[in-house]
Amino acid sequence: MTTEMAPTSSGSPALSETATYEIVRRKHPWRVVAAVLVLVVLGLLAFGVANAKGLHWSVTGHYLLTRVVFYGFLRTLELTAAAMALGLCLGVIFGIMRLSHNPVLSSVAWLYVWAFRGTPLIVQLFMWFNLALIFPHVDLFGLVHLTTVKVMSPFLAALLAFGINEGAYMSEIIRGGLMSVPPGQTEASLSLGASRGWTMRRVVLPQALRVILPTIGNETLGMLKLTSLAAFISFNELFGTVETIYYSNSQVMELLIVAAVWYLFASSVLSIGQYYLERRVGRGFVRGGRKQTLLETVLVNAWAKRRRLGANW
Amino acid sequence: MTTGYDLTDGRTDVVELHGVSKSFGSTHVLRGVDLHVRESEVLCVLGPSGAGKSTMLRCINHLEGIDGGWIKVAGQIIGYELRGGKLHELPERLIRHQRGLSGMVFQHFNLFPHFTVLENVMVGPVELQKEPKAQVEARARGFLDRVGLGDKVSAYPAQLSGGQQQRVAIARALAMNPKVLLFDEPTSALDPEVVGEVLAVMLELAQEGRTMIVVTHEVGFAREAADRVAFMFDGRIAEIGPAKSVLESPREARTAEFLAHVLV
Repeated sequence: MTTEMAPTSSGSPALSETATYEIVRRKHPWRVVAAVLVLVVLGLLAFGVANAKGLHWSVTGHYLLTRVVFYGFLRTLELTAAAMALGLCLGVIFGIMRLSHNPVLSSVAWLYVWAFRGTPLIVQLFMWFNLALIFPHVDLFGLVHLTTVKVMSPFLAALLAFGINEGAYMSEIIRGGLMSVPPGQTEASLSLGASRGWTMRRVVLPQALRVILPTIGNETLGMLKLTSLAAFISFNELFGTVETIYYSNSQVMELLIVAAVWYLFASSVLSIGQYYLERRVGRGFVRGGRKQTLLETVLVNAWAKRRRLGANW
Repeated sequence: MTTGYDLTDGRTDVVELHGVSKSFGSTHVLRGVDLHVRESEVLCVLGPSGAGKSTMLRCINHLEGIDGGWIKVAGQIIGYELRGGKLHELPERLIRHQRGLSGMVFQHFNLFPHFTVLENVMVGPVELQKEPKAQVEARARGFLDRVGLGDKVSAYPAQLSGGQQQRVAIARALAMNPKVLLFDEPTSALDPEVVGEVLAVMLELAQEGRTMIVVTHEVGFAREAADRVAFMFDGRIAEIGPAKSVLESPREARTAEFLAHVLV
């Protein structure tokens, strides 16, 4: 370096090479204003709801912990879990079929997705529930003989409708996940003498799962809330239960809030579960040693975001 | 075309290709490849991209089927069986057995990211060849020591450098006890500063008498490690012979031109 200093074109003072300068970040006064404004509006809203004349919080509090509501909540969880399990199985089967080299298999998988993703869920739900209208009896090769009306309980109808519908979405999610795994992984596995089945189970699916899992978490949260549709075929899950109660006591809002609180509780628990599941599946994809806990992750992310925004407070 | 063989040394052919052809759609990638690789021989295959070098390797362990000719490894016809004057493709079960005859090392390593280093090396023999676990583990650790990664057994591939990953991939191929090692541009995806450590391992394997077919652009490695060098152009082997003579005084104009390009 020469001691020569570039001529200052805009007339600003030349920098000294011996001094050290403190760097002062730009201030963001409008951010503070916006934050205060939002908090005030939020506070007013909360105050309004808390003091609403027509809302009896004591009723909400009472029903929140009654046995009948809790059982409704359990039925919601049961239906969610069963429908997701069915959807996941169908999704894996049809997702793999979609990627098959066999044109018949991939076309059938396409048809399944087309039909069940292309019609409203509530229509599918009512169709399953009313299946007895066109198939009064179910006959499986003369081995099993059933009367459809007796078999097609509200739970079964809801399970079939939600599970099969979910399977259509899930097969697309899984197809995307499978395609995200580099083909070199399959080649390496085959070159070690693995079968196609082993390669799918042990090499491709576990890696696809890492990509798929956040979306499955989303789908599960969606399913948790979608199951409330089952109330329309008189299945008494959480929403159906509170509906039955407010039909008799007219405390509509109070009971809807009861349902909302339980749904929020379940979705919060699911989100935390998803976090730990993702960490488990992310095995081998995290650089470095020990993995962070949930709290650490939240704090680290918040800190990083604050830094990204150039905060100086 | 001379093959650069000393026909009197009495060694057997480990790999034989006879008139092998392969097309992808209307593209003829291999147009009649003849090749013999003997026990303990190191053959380097050079040539421009698109010449069919990688496809040839992938045909040798039947990752790709062939459209004509035949391939033998250790005396077995790879991927097919001769019945009634025709070559019928084998069922998967038998092809899997044959894949153990060759150990493949890929350009992009293709280690399993969700398995540890040790699991990557053990998975072939334990899960697929059904060997007892303890025995395989000892062998796997031995191979990892050999490639200088004995201390990384419980690391995941993402925690290793490219050069380390490729050395694990070499150990994984060795663990299968293959008759021939197939290297598909093993250093092309590596940062320049780690190419040397991978080539050093390969050179050691060459010197201990492993049978190897190495598709590479590393002319220096070919000169040092290869018994013979083959040049591929347009799906054919254009020139093959002892490394020294082919690299220093190529007979084919295309070979000379290619070498001039690579060595600049």
